[in-house]
Amino acid sequence: MDSVVAARKPGDGVGPDARPVEKCRLITSTDPMPSWNHYYLPASLSEALQLIRTSQPSCLIVSGGTDLLLELTQGRRPAVDVLIDVSRVAEMNTIVEESSRLVIGAAVPLKQVAADARVQRYARALAESTGQIGGPQVRAVGTLGGNVGHALPAGDGAISLLALGARATIASTAGQRQVPLLDLYKGPGLSTLQAGQEIIVCFDISIQQSGAGSAFARVMRPQGVALPVINMAAWLAVENGIIQQARVAVGPAGPLPRRIPALEQYLAGKTYAGEVLEEGRRIIQQEVSFRSSPLRASAAYRDHLSGVLLEKVLSAAYQRAVEADREVVK
Amino acid sequence: MMDITVNGQLYQLEEQPGEMLADLLRYRLGLTGTKVGCSEAECGACTVLLDGSPILSCSYPAVKASGHQVITIEGMAKKSSSEQKAVLHPLQEAFIAKGAVQCGFCIPGQIMTAYGLLLANPHPQDEDIRAALKDTLCRCAGYAAISEAIQDAGAVMSGEGEITRRQVPESTLAKQAVGRLADRPEAVAKVTGEAKFSDDIHFEGMLVGRAKRTYIPHAFVTSIDVSLAREIPGVRAVLTAADLKHARNHGLVVNDWPILVGVGERVRYVGDAVAIVAADTRDIAEAALAAIHVEYDEQPVIDNPVLARQPGVAQLHPSGNLLKHIKVRKGDVEEGFAGSDIVIEHTFHTAMTDHAFIEPECAIARLNEAGRMEVYVGSQIPYSDRKQVAAALGFPEERVRIIGMLIGGGFGGKEDIMGQIHAALLAVETGKPVKILFDRHESLLVHPKRHATQIHVKIGAKRDGRLVAVQTELYGDTGAYASLGEKVMTRATTHSIGPYESDHARADCYAMYTNNPPAGAFRGFGVTQSAFAIESLMDILARELKIDPIQLRKKNALKVGSVTGTGQVLKESVGLLECIDKVESELRRQVDGDPFAVRVSAEDSGKVHAWGFSTAFKNTGLGGGAPDEAGADLELYEDGSLQVRTSSAELGQGLCTVLRLIVAEEMAISPETVDVLLSDTDLTPDGGPTTASRQTFVSGNAGLQAAREFKQAVASLLAEKLDCRPEEIRWRAEGLTAAGKELSLKEVYQAFKEMGREPRVRVLYRAPETKPLGQGGDMHFAFSFAAQAAEVEVDTRTGEVAVLKIISATDVGAAINPLGLAVQVEGGAIMGLGNALTEAFLTKEGKVITDRLARYRIPSITHAPEVISFIVEHPVESGPFGAKGVGEIVSIPTTPAITNAIFNATGYRVDHLPVDQELIARHLHPDRFPSTANA
Repeated sequence: MDSVVAARKPGDGVGPDARPVEKCRLITSTDPMPSWNHYYLPASLSEALQLIRTSQPSCLIVSGGTDLLLELTQGRRPAVDVLIDVSRVAEMNTIVEESSRLVIGAAVPLKQVAADARVQRYARALAESTGQIGGPQVRAVGTLGGNVGHALPAGDGAISLLALGARATIASTAGQRQVPLLDLYKGPGLSTLQAGQEIIVCFDISIQQSGAGSAFARVMRPQGVALPVINMAAWLAVENGIIQQARVAVGPAGPLPRRIPALEQYLAGKTYAGEVLEEGRRIIQQEVSFRSSPLRASAAYRDHLSGVLLEKVLSAAYQRAVEADREVVK
Repeated sequence: MMDITVNGQLYQLEEQPGEMLADLLRYRLGLTGTKVGCSEAECGACTVLLDGSPILSCSYPAVKASGHQVITIEGMAKKSSSEQKAVLHPLQEAFIAKGAVQCGFCIPGQIMTAYGLLLANPHPQDEDIRAALKDTLCRCAGYAAISEAIQDAGAVMSGEGEITRRQVPESTLAKQAVGRLADRPEAVAKVTGEAKFSDDIHFEGMLVGRAKRTYIPHAFVTSIDVSLAREIPGVRAVLTAADLKHARNHGLVVNDWPILVGVGERVRYVGDAVAIVAADTRDIAEAALAAIHVEYDEQPVIDNPVLARQPGVAQLHPSGNLLKHIKVRKGDVEEGFAGSDIVIEHTFHTAMTDHAFIEPECAIARLNEAGRMEVYVGSQIPYSDRKQVAAALGFPEERVRIIGMLIGGGFGGKEDIMGQIHAALLAVETGKPVKILFDRHESLLVHPKRHATQIHVKIGAKRDGRLVAVQTELYGDTGAYASLGEKVMTRATTHSIGPYESDHARADCYAMYTNNPPAGAFRGFGVTQSAFAIESLMDILARELKIDPIQLRKKNALKVGSVTGTGQVLKESVGLLECIDKVESELRRQVDGDPFAVRVSAEDSGKVHAWGFSTAFKNTGLGGGAPDEAGADLELYEDGSLQVRTSSAELGQGLCTVLRLIVAEEMAISPETVDVLLSDTDLTPDGGPTTASRQTFVSGNAGLQAAREFKQAVASLLAEKLDCRPEEIRWRAEGLTAAGKELSLKEVYQAFKEMGREPRVRVLYRAPETKPLGQGGDMHFAFSFAAQAAEVEVDTRTGEVAVLKIISATDVGAAINPLGLAVQVEGGAIMGLGNALTEAFLTKEGKVITDRLARYRIPSITHAPEVISFIVEHPVESGPFGAKGVGEIVSIPTTPAITNAIFNATGYRVDHLPVDQELIARHLHPDRFPSTANA
């Protein structure tokens, strides 16, 4: 037995062969090809944009890679020549409080987002949602940029960013622009970002409002993919117990994550009370048509759960907002 | 160029396209302690530390580790120059002391995840451990022991405590060795990463083998074109059915499973293979598979056993779609129902489930220098592999050697041939070693599952709860091939009456072929399914009769002298009533008032709690008239160590420890003196299949018999040499005393040599004879019994279910290895919990939906309830030191205990597994669900 189990010496060259592969060739399924040929880890945004310039057309931007790399290795995406990994880009790795906004780098690992004191203070819904994505190993590398770029209609991070009214900053070789979060969504799993050309740099949310609070909640099922049956986030600004402004986001409720404007309008001027909740549930039923997904949840179940989650997120967000409002008064 | 520091050593390595860190560690650096279980960031086995933080190396590009510090399991133990052995890290030591190591495959990942936690938080609370280990799965489910180990190690690392042995009671029948707490012989190798599983070995020039699967459930193959594949550089062989020169099929019982499906032949499931390739790399092999062009004439899919029995449907095998009609007859059920005060009935459905062992299948075949075929594989039945590989190659069996590697979980799922034959055929064709390693996707697609069943149960009883008649009808979906389907469904049928006395019993089972993946052995062997049905209906009966569910079971429980449904009179070792009593008294201790009444959670008024109860029984050994035998060798070596050898497999269940303790006990020597060698068809005699909870009893008895014969051999040797009588020989820890003279084992060895004799014996143990079903008499030589209670918490708003606590009592005859038994009990209960709540292997018209681990959930540490375990010991006369089977019984009562608890909490009766939380919510809020809405 010992002869066959003898440990092999380091660097004896066993493993996937390094084969010369023509750059940017047409990829067909019968070509033996690894998931990628070149993997770059730019340290700055300018370096990343330079790589984008030189790597067209077969290149993709990858962040934590917890979804994209699996799609590549499982053949759900064709192999690619160049991967530009932006997780080490310095400008994308910071959380900064700038006058009236909190700017969260798109490449900050989820683990850090969830644990950040400023995120917990100003964007509790985001801290709650990023703390629940995947497991600890995934959160150590996964990023918010990836969560949004992946464009799932019920991405936990995205739903809370939406309720927090986040904007995204996009960089490409043509320059930078800021867009409302929802502008990045085209369909389930489809982003409006130009694949391999545009990078989400950061998200920013307004922290100007005093007396604001937010919350996130979801319901899972124990079988099948670890995606929420339904998730919801709420952000409320409260003054003297009265809701001044509200944002509520829910997924999956259609091809894109969505807010519920009618509910938000209704909540403005109200306080948190049983009848408000009842009416809120009724508005959701009226405004949102949930989908049935075979083997996961019927539309009726999601509809029912939306009422359960509404109570959870509204009561928590309201309580937090009231507390924040009291601090302001002090 | 990459600069990666691994375990403190800097490596400068060329970057390779597509390379993940796990590949680099395993295949380039030879650090095979890091395991790959899924390659989809789900199981956590590949966890390593990157700059102190746990990451999943299977999906982390190697290049990202450049410039960083990686720590793997190999970096945990400190090499000490002064001592021979490495000094274990406190985590490694604690994992051993707590008995947290079972199959060992996930252990490197567990230890690395735990190390990351302890670096950040040296004093983790239980909830911190649950959060940190959430995605590091242990299919043996040793979570409680793992948690304890982490806490002890944390205390040691911060210099504030020590590692203590896990608090597990010794056997009430404990002797010198058996019944005492002992470490696994292979534990150190498993915690240091030195333990070798099949994918951890490498041969020069080894090729990668892969099979082309049909992905079509039912069709005839009309053409196969492999010409393009053969032209791809680096492809060394492409074989189809046309190249098969010898056996065309394989199978454990029935030879009905094609090695390759050829042109004109029938495809019966999506995992059928039509071609196999060997290539220089995995990428090339994949490209070759894609280049093979196959055309099919697709046929209507038979996707359930009831449909398979309809007249007019296609017959999937020459023998038809009926694999077996299994019948149990006792008394006259019609008369029994007529004489009953109450008759109730219900139909239950159980889902197909997957073993989801963390180690995917791997087989390596090579022709050695002497022209013999060597197959390295983690197999539950090495001698069956040998027979089937030999038949496929046209070799005499002796020309094939199966070399059993460590097994990263089996649970019945590593009994059938997977890559063994394909690898051997490709090795013969190419003259090179060939490795076939399934990825998780292929593993889920191809290997046999737990049978999906439909079970109708009808009970007639007297007003006082006494059972009069039980009738069951079962449909078992055995899928495309027989595997062990007939045996599994026989066990399901004979146990479908439950562990109860009933004068009248009748059971009919139809084990049907379909176009679903094959179904075969899976811990519980059919009884998991039928126990869910009968135990659910027993609770319904208790409610109808307004009798306490525990009292109802006591009234009917099998006891010594009872006659089972198959006509077997139980003569001894029926500890069921004691199991029920143990659980009941603990339940009364835990709960004031009726434990089966619903209680509102103290923390959250939207949640309710209730307990549920269940019992079970399960045969030990093959039974049903099958000869049940095991061979064993015992040999003394020059260094004074003993080695016991048999071909049975260590799957994590603790066979090595059990054999060591039994031999040590019989010889009155210290257990550390006894080495155990398993699963090598050249070196170990046939121990029979590792299945049917038979190892402790059958292999254990073989070990015991070998020890006895060895002692006799020593006695007759010393009688000649020292002229002493056998009764003058006293064995002791390091040797023996004979006629006043002390001899060490080394000296005993010398004595053998001096007398020109070999210091070894070979025995063949034959278990007590059993009778086939239908003939009455002893269908099995022993049964194990159990009772369990489960406490659930149901969120009445969402229908979500959590299991808070399980009380388990198990009659194991005698506990040989209590430390191992503790984790078997806990792990079995958690596997039963998975069967109830998380696991459903889904197909649609024969196509697999749950084809990734991301879609097939097994319980994680976050699901694991506290398990309070009682071991009941009603010894079996013929068992080794009184022991009987353990592996399956511990898992069987859990599912119905949970579903009965859900009923008690909510009034919702689960009759389809797994539990669907939406249906609970629907039951609790009928007004919120329009009646037309469909789940």
